[in-house]
Amino acid sequence: MLSIRNIVKQYAGHCALSDVSLEVESGQIFGLLGPNGAGKTSLIRIINQITAPDSGEIFFNGEKLNQSHIERIGYMPEERGLYKKMEIGEQMIYLARLKGLSRDEARKRLKYWFEKLKIESWWTKKVEELSKGMQQKAQFVATILHEPELIILDEPFSGFDPVNAEEIKDEILELNKKGATILFSTHRMESVEEMCSAIALINKSKKILDGKVRDIRNSYRNDTYLVEYIGDKLSFDGSQPFDVVAETANYDSNTLRIQLNGKTSNDVLQYLMPRVRINMLQEVIPSLNEVFINKVNLNK
Amino acid sequence: MNKILLIIQREYLTRVKKKSFVVMTLLVPGLILAMYAIIALIYANSDEINAKHLVQVHDESGIFKGKFHNKKTLLFADNNKPLDEAKADLKKNHDDFLLIIPTDFTKQDGIKILSESKPNFTIVGTIEDQMNQIASGNSMVKAGIDTAKLNAIKSDISIKAMEVTDKGVKDSSIGAAYGAGIAGAILIYISLFIYGAQVMRGVIEEKTNRIIEVIVSSVKPFQLMLGKIIGVGMVGLTQFMLWIVLSTGVTVIAGNVFMKDKGPEKIEKTYHKPGEKAPAAVTQNTTPKSPAIAFFDSLKTIRFAYILGCFVFYFITGYLLYSALFAAVGSAVDSETETQQFMFPITLPLLFTYILSFSFLINNPDSSLAFWLSVIPFTAPVAMMVRVPFGVPDWQLALSGAMMIIGFLFTTWVAARIYRVGILMYGKKTSYKELAKWFFYKE
Repeated sequence: MLSIRNIVKQYAGHCALSDVSLEVESGQIFGLLGPNGAGKTSLIRIINQITAPDSGEIFFNGEKLNQSHIERIGYMPEERGLYKKMEIGEQMIYLARLKGLSRDEARKRLKYWFEKLKIESWWTKKVEELSKGMQQKAQFVATILHEPELIILDEPFSGFDPVNAEEIKDEILELNKKGATILFSTHRMESVEEMCSAIALINKSKKILDGKVRDIRNSYRNDTYLVEYIGDKLSFDGSQPFDVVAETANYDSNTLRIQLNGKTSNDVLQYLMPRVRINMLQEVIPSLNEVFINKVNLNK
Repeated sequence: MNKILLIIQREYLTRVKKKSFVVMTLLVPGLILAMYAIIALIYANSDEINAKHLVQVHDESGIFKGKFHNKKTLLFADNNKPLDEAKADLKKNHDDFLLIIPTDFTKQDGIKILSESKPNFTIVGTIEDQMNQIASGNSMVKAGIDTAKLNAIKSDISIKAMEVTDKGVKDSSIGAAYGAGIAGAILIYISLFIYGAQVMRGVIEEKTNRIIEVIVSSVKPFQLMLGKIIGVGMVGLTQFMLWIVLSTGVTVIAGNVFMKDKGPEKIEKTYHKPGEKAPAAVTQNTTPKSPAIAFFDSLKTIRFAYILGCFVFYFITGYLLYSALFAAVGSAVDSETETQQFMFPITLPLLFTYILSFSFLINNPDSSLAFWLSVIPFTAPVAMMVRVPFGVPDWQLALSGAMMIIGFLFTTWVAARIYRVGILMYGKKTSYKELAKWFFYKE
């Protein structure tokens, strides 16, 4: 779908992107992660052809990115904005027409979306009469009205209350099911783990990690397990088939954080079973959040 | 291309639909209508002024007897009746005045005028003038001066301006050209600012609204800038056109309603073919020209279509030149208050020419400074509007026009390079150094 190859972008004095390459597959929900100032917005702007890279190439469905692709991409910037004094309906149609839709077609689709999101009454309202969350919703509709193949959302959930965020999330998932590829940047790790099939992590103008979410998390597991048991507190003499990382005593149970050294979880169970009653044994897979913080800190 | 049209359409329609546009468009013809109403009112009152009055002159000194000249609206008659009887007569004839001149008329407040109604200022003035003349004539005779000879010596000179053109000699009026020059300069100066500032405000609005990023993901920044400039420019032209149409309409209607039979009398014209000797005598009006008629006559010597054509050309090119720069300024700032530092150098040449036009240019429209100012694109719109009513050689007009076109192409190019970077820069205070950097950025 989108193939980004060796993009370099330099602004006077500092480097925004250095040699960034990414592959976004068709039908994916792709998360672009990274701390503030990492270069996410620069990359998104280049994909939208708002700015051009100093070097490197981008391919859209195998074709070199050009002006004709603009109409097949929908973009919602992090800094949301609409004409404050223009009526919502008219404005949406104008924006859709800029993306190549005819007036009638734009009106038809807008009707569908306004009914779907139950916001028909907004048609003749001016933007300044709407609340911030409402404006965001309108902006989302404006982004997808021309049914783009690739939807780029910069921080799509910022500014939404939980109910609306959930609604927008469902819409994104539905659009994805209908075939749209989604690329979004976010700081909200939980939404990444819930929604994204692949991610890339950018820090200080460089890509430091990318791949499928499951693969990344798997590659960061290090045989750490969590054990909860009931019974007398265990004391270890070194004969156990694991190292103890941490121990905590709860009200009526104890928790162990252990690291296996080449042994399996079965070995652990065999060791523990005659000694205590086991409540739980669970592998600890690092959350993306942990990976993220870990990686960024490593790069400092 | 299609997208530029869309942008032009939006910029145009949102502005034309605004209340302020409608108000402004109606205000100017409204003012003209008010002006006509005032003129009509004056005309209506002039009926009263034109009513005939008879002045009964009760002259006890004997110096003024029979020496008053009758005027159109003021007749004089000697009245030798006793004063009481004359006063009683006054009650019968309401429009009459009784002028009482005592023997010692030089005494302060010695002369009196009596009437039923209050005599107006003009009547009193006319009587005073005549009496002064008679009295001084009388004194001169007493001193042995021949008044007939003295009158012959007195001269009455008024120069008639004639302009030599290819087609012969024609009436010219410095006064009218003067007025048209000043009016043109003011109008173009103000309109360049008004519509240039509208472009700037539009750019700032898009930037502070943050909609700019949505738009430039659909169109190129240059397309957006151009669409905005053209759209706002068309609003300006629409406004001018409506003003001209409505004002003409108002003038015609007002002329028919208020001015029936009262307009300037038709002036007979004599025509002559080129090459033919100009007629020795131009038909003269038998009645002396009133100032109002003279004013209308002098207006006829101005070539309105020609000046209007020049105005439209200099408005369009000047507007394109300046609004591009205004757009660049708008893109470089986050709010209107920050525009000051960039606005000043941009508006300086325009302001300079504007100030100069009232003092120097209007009096020296053919000087070399005037020539240079009308060739430099930044100052040409104002300078040329001052010069055009006085007549500008065709080659200078062509040169200035070409320079204007080159000028706006150049500023648009420079502005577009700054604009495309500026619109995406938020929350940064911009310096001139920064602007230069933006200019040299690659795409």
